[in-house]
Amino acid sequence: MARMTESNSSDEQPPSMELDAETEVPTEAAVAANGAQLALAEEQIVDIGETVGNVRCEDPYVVAENVNVFYGDNHAIKDVTLEISKKEVIALIGPSGCGKSTFLRCLNRMNDSIETARVSGDISLGGQDIYSKEFDPVALRARVGMVFQKPNPFPKSIYDNVAYGPRIHGLANDRAELDEIVHNSLERAGLLKEVKDRMDEPGTGLSGGQQQRLCIARTIAVNPEVILMDEPCSALDPIATARIEDLMDELSEDYAIVIVTHSMQQAARVSGRVAYFHLGLLVEVDETDKIFTNPQHKLTEDYITGRIG
Amino acid sequence: MSVAAFYVGRSRSIALVGGPKHGTELHSLPGYYGYFTAIWCLLPALAVLLAWVLLEPRVVVAMVIQGLPAEQQALSPGELDLLINNIQNLAAGDAVSGTVDAVLSDAAQRFLALTALSRRILAILTLGLGGLGAAIAWRRIRPDLRARNRVEQIVLLMLIAASSIAIFTTVGIVLSVLFEAIRFFQQVPVTEFLFGLNWSPQTAIRADQVGSSGSFGAVPLFTGTLLITAIAMFVAVPVGLMTAIYLAEYSSHRVRSIAKPLLEVLAGIPTVVYGFFAALTVAPWVRRTGESLGLEVASESALAAGLVMGIMIIPLVSSLSDDAINAVPSAMRDGALGLGSTRSETMTRVILPAALPGIVGGVLLAVSRAIGETMIVVMAAGLAANLTANPFEAVTTVTVQIVTLLVGDQEFDSAKTLAAFALGLMLFVVTLILNVFGLSVVRKYREQYD
Repeated sequence: MARMTESNSSDEQPPSMELDAETEVPTEAAVAANGAQLALAEEQIVDIGETVGNVRCEDPYVVAENVNVFYGDNHAIKDVTLEISKKEVIALIGPSGCGKSTFLRCLNRMNDSIETARVSGDISLGGQDIYSKEFDPVALRARVGMVFQKPNPFPKSIYDNVAYGPRIHGLANDRAELDEIVHNSLERAGLLKEVKDRMDEPGTGLSGGQQQRLCIARTIAVNPEVILMDEPCSALDPIATARIEDLMDELSEDYAIVIVTHSMQQAARVSGRVAYFHLGLLVEVDETDKIFTNPQHKLTEDYITGRIG
Repeated sequence: MSVAAFYVGRSRSIALVGGPKHGTELHSLPGYYGYFTAIWCLLPALAVLLAWVLLEPRVVVAMVIQGLPAEQQALSPGELDLLINNIQNLAAGDAVSGTVDAVLSDAAQRFLALTALSRRILAILTLGLGGLGAAIAWRRIRPDLRARNRVEQIVLLMLIAASSIAIFTTVGIVLSVLFEAIRFFQQVPVTEFLFGLNWSPQTAIRADQVGSSGSFGAVPLFTGTLLITAIAMFVAVPVGLMTAIYLAEYSSHRVRSIAKPLLEVLAGIPTVVYGFFAALTVAPWVRRTGESLGLEVASESALAAGLVMGIMIIPLVSSLSDDAINAVPSAMRDGALGLGSTRSETMTRVILPAALPGIVGGVLLAVSRAIGETMIVVMAAGLAANLTANPFEAVTTVTVQIVTLLVGDQEFDSAKTLAAFALGLMLFVVTLILNVFGLSVVRKYREQYD
C-alpha cells in the first residue's frame, strides 16, 4: 500500500503545481482589472456631482439629510439627502451594490444589528430624529414596518404570524380585538379569502406569493406609518407579483411606501417618484414619468435604457 | 515494484497510441493505465502475502510436531501446546520452563530452519506474482481498455471494505453482548432482572462457600442512573442553553471568539479528571455544606456526581443548542426585529420556538451521554445499590456496576460476570433508543429550512 501511495503522489504533484501557477496568473490579472475598474469608478464619482431632479417634496414625513453609511472602511452611502411624504410610493432603483437597500435599512435602523455599520447625518420621522439617543429603535420599527426580499413567515400558524406584532406591542386588549386585527390585516393584504378556513395551519405551508402577502399582513397588523419593501417580488412569479403590486396601490392610500426594486417596469407601475442610486450616491430623484421619459442625468439614462446595471 | 509498474503501464499506453500528442485517442488518461498496471502488480502479491502470514505458523508447527518422537505426539492437546510453546521460546532465545533436552533443542532447530525457508519461499512467490501480474496487465493495455473504470471499481471496493469494518465491528459487539446476555438470562429469569428491587451480585464460587446466593434486580441501578442523569441535566440544560443563547445572539464577536474555544476545552477534559474533581473536591464540599444545613449527606452522594457530570455536559448542550439557534435563518430574526420586537422578544418568541426541535435533539443526545458516562460515577458515586430518590444518599449506576463486576478475578461463566453483559445490553438499548429519537428529531428540524 505504501508503494501505491508513493506512486500516487509522485504522479500528481507536477501537474497540480502547474495548475497552481496557471490559476494564479488570471487572479493577478483580475486584480489589475479590478483596480482599473475602481479607478474608472472614482472618475465617475467626480462626474456624478450633485443629485439632480428634486429631492424635496410637499408635506415631507421622512427626511434624510446628508446621510453617510460606513461598513467598516467601506463607504456605502455617500451624502444622501431625500424627503418622502406621507402618502406616496417611492421606488429606489439602481444597479446591485449601489446602496439602495442600505439606505432603506437606515430608515428603520435595521443596520443597528450589523456590528461594523456606522451611520452619520440626520434622519427624522415626523420631525423626530430617529438616530438620537432618546429614540428607541424598537418603537421606531413598529412605526416603520418592513417587508423583505424573501418571504419570511415565522414557523407558526397563519393566525399567530399576524397576531405576533399586535401581541408584543399590546395592541389588543382581549381575544376578540386581536381576532379583529388579524382579520382586518389579512383582508387588507388580500389573503383572507384564501386562508380563512386554515388559520391554524403553519404559515410556512403557503405558496411564495401567499407567504409574502402574509408578511405584508403581519406588517400592517402593527399599524405602521411607513412600509419599507426590499425587493418584495423578486422571489415571486408574475401573477403573485401583480397581486402584490395591486396591493401596494391600495396600501399607498394610508401608508408611505418605500420600495427597492430591480424591475424598472415595476417601479414605473407602482411608484409616484423614483430615486436612482449609483455607487452609494443618489444620482437623480423625480416623478416616475419624468425619470422614465426624460432623465436629466446621463447615468440614469444609461441605467433605464439598459446600458449599465 | 508497483511504482515501476505504474510508470511502465503509463508509458506503454502512451507509446501504443504513438506519443503523448495522441493522448486523446486513449480511453482513459495515461495515469489510469499506470494505476491499472500497479494494481495488477500489487493486489495478487498482497493477497498471497496476507494468506501466507496467516497460515505459516500453523503449517510450521504441524511440521515440527510431525518431526517429534511418537511418545510426544501422543500427548494431550493441552500438553502439546505447552511443548510447542517451549520450542518456540527456545528458538527465540527466551526463558524456557523445564529442562532442555536433545529432542527439544532439535525441534527448536527445525522450527528455525522451517521458518527461514518459509520466508524465502514467500519472498520469491510475492515478487514473482508481482512481476507476473504486471506483465499480464502490460499485455492487456490497449487504447480501448477502459482503465479508468477498472481502477475506479477497485477504489470503490476498497472504500466499501473500509466502511464495512466499522459496521461489522458494531454488529459483532452487539451480537456478543446479546449472546452473553442470553446465557445470563438462562441462569436468572428476565423478569427478576428487569423488575427485581434488590441488587447484590455476590455468588458463591464454590459449592461449599457460605454467602449470598446473589440477587440480580436491576431496578436500583437504573433508578440510580436516572437520578444522577436527572441531576446532571438539571445543571447542564439551563446553563448550556443560556450559554448558547448568549453566545449566539448577544455576545460580541470578540467575546464569542474567546468563549467558544474555552467551552471546547471544557469538553476536552478527560472524564477521569472530572471524576477525581468530583470525588475529592465536590463531594466533600457537598457533604460539609449539607451538614452545616443540618442534612445528613453521604460522602459519595448522588448530588456530587450529578453536579460534576452536569458540568461535563454543559459544552455538549451549549454547542448543539448554539448550532440549532444559528441554523434558524436570519430572515426570521430580521422579520421579528422589523416588526418592532426587542432582542429578547425575538429570542423567546421566534428564535427559540424555531430552534426548539434542534435543542431537544441535542438534550436527548446529552442524556444518552450522561447515562453512558462511567468514570465520574465510578469515582464519585457509591457502590451501594440503594433504591432511593434522595440525592444526598449514595446510589450506584449501571456503568459502575459493570466496572465492579468485571474488575478483579472471576469465572467467565458465573452469573455475576454474565450480569455485566445483561446490564450492558440494557444500557445499549436505552441509549440507542435515545440516540435514534434525538437524531430523528434533529433531522426533522433540519429539513424544515433547507
